[in-house]
Amino acid sequence: MDQTIAEHRSPPTVNWKHLLAPTGNTGDAVFRGLLFAAALLMVLIAGAMIVALAVKSMPSIRQFGFHFLTSSEWNPVKSEFGALPFIYGTIVSSLIALVISVPLSLGIAIFLVEQAPRQVARPVTFLIELLAAIPSVVYGLWGIFVLAPFLRVHVEPSLQHWFGWLPLFKGPITGIGLLTGGIILAIMVTPIISAVVRDVLAAVPGSQREAALALGATKWETTRVVLVNGAPGIAGAVILGLGRAIGETMAVTMVIGNRAHISASLFDSSYTIASAIANEFTEATQDLYLSALVELGLILFLVTFIVNAIARVLVWNVTRKMSGVSSAV
Amino acid sequence: MTTLTALCTLVAVGILLIILIYIALQGIGSLSFRFLVDSPRPVGEGGGIGNAISGTLVLLGLSAAIGLPFGIAVGIYLSEFGSGKFGSLVRFLTDTLTGIPSIVTGVFVYTIVVVPLKHFSALAGGIALALIMVPIVARTTEEMIKLVPHSLREGALALGAPQWRTTLGVVIPAAASGIATGAMLAIARISGETAPLLFTAFGSRFFSYYLDQPIASLTVQIYNYAISPYDEWHAQAWAATLVLMTMILSINIVVRFFTRKRF
Repeated sequence: MDQTIAEHRSPPTVNWKHLLAPTGNTGDAVFRGLLFAAALLMVLIAGAMIVALAVKSMPSIRQFGFHFLTSSEWNPVKSEFGALPFIYGTIVSSLIALVISVPLSLGIAIFLVEQAPRQVARPVTFLIELLAAIPSVVYGLWGIFVLAPFLRVHVEPSLQHWFGWLPLFKGPITGIGLLTGGIILAIMVTPIISAVVRDVLAAVPGSQREAALALGATKWETTRVVLVNGAPGIAGAVILGLGRAIGETMAVTMVIGNRAHISASLFDSSYTIASAIANEFTEATQDLYLSALVELGLILFLVTFIVNAIARVLVWNVTRKMSGVSSAV
Repeated sequence: MTTLTALCTLVAVGILLIILIYIALQGIGSLSFRFLVDSPRPVGEGGGIGNAISGTLVLLGLSAAIGLPFGIAVGIYLSEFGSGKFGSLVRFLTDTLTGIPSIVTGVFVYTIVVVPLKHFSALAGGIALALIMVPIVARTTEEMIKLVPHSLREGALALGAPQWRTTLGVVIPAAASGIATGAMLAIARISGETAPLLFTAFGSRFFSYYLDQPIASLTVQIYNYAISPYDEWHAQAWAATLVLMTMILSINIVVRFFTRKRF
């Protein structure tokens, strides 16, 4: 008796369909399997990127090791490759971009979220987004023929006149160099930073503003409360902008002068990691030269990956926590 | 304080308008029908950007054919099955890949496509652009599917439809216009990419429709003309920019017009 019941209760056979979809429906299993394959491919591509870049840069890593990052000698003729001038140029041009763009973006985001009436905020938001839709090469073209001459004639002479005692503003004025590259980058990252700050500020619950206003705070003091609440998200936005500035290629390549040397002057020409790759990749005939350039790409990949990961976590935390709070209230 | 923040906004919008107006004024001079259909000629003989326009279209078509189905599939996976750990990993990677510089994508495709095939090709360019497109399309697809009300999904399941029919027959059609919007914006974004094409599609001074041969594109042609020493080529670069910007801006504006009611 017991035996027959046990036989009847034998578990349903587990086949591939059940492994893929809990419902055991053939269509579901195929559907889910295909989608899973696409998602898996996405992960594999990310992994393949690191592996491919690492393998291809192996000759250079073996030859120069850590010295690659600290040497400022970049001489393809002598097969000497040191990335320091590119790292310097990348960092300085990105910092110039952030110094200009962060206050600007904060102002824009505060204006659009806290102050502007809806009828104004909407079209203006669209226009700022359009700034992000302009291709890099177009910024570069505009940079060469409009911004660089403008800076050379109107801005850089007066900077040198007033602040010429600083090493930053010494040397001949050409309009092509770190400062121009930084300003172009500032224009390019402003729509990105301001869009994320806008999202962060919008995610701060209205109850925070009401509480501040109810305590007798002025409008500006209320905005400060909102800014403090969104601070980690704003930091995330700035880091996201930094990541974009570090990797931006064409526009910078066209206005920064492309000379591998380190100079304190912002008027002097420089070189970034990305522009070195763009400029020299097709010229690299020897394996070691190519490998050194791929290693630059690997550095760029790792740095931007980390920077972006940090930024995402910061922004996610704020927007999720806040929207969680507001829906709970 | 309001004055200050309004000023910031005004500066940004002002720069946008200056750039756009400057492109229009500089570009319109060299624009003609011949310029749009002719291929490049030596300095002093005119020439046009017909090959670059057709090359850009080939590259966009190729990358859309690869990138759109792939990106949309990843997006559907994330929205339908992406609640677990693997889903979080995929979501995190797609988000981070969006921020990887496009030049790095170019180097990657160079090592996996150009090196094995031994020469630059339209195929490599298309793959590079597709790789840039996939994360963007995946994330917008996921966001758009999430906007579909849960009751629609439950209704279909309650009627006895299996999950795949619920997703493909009910959820996706409800989110279709949003997904199409994301796809169009991704195409607009990659049509302006230059860096990943420099050493994949490389560029060409002739009309070409072969996927295994180098192919021209508007952006690379603009770059090459912009850094050349000839005034005539500079003028052509502005005109080509005007064509490119018209294309990108009209996609953006049309998309915005159609999605106005949603946002």
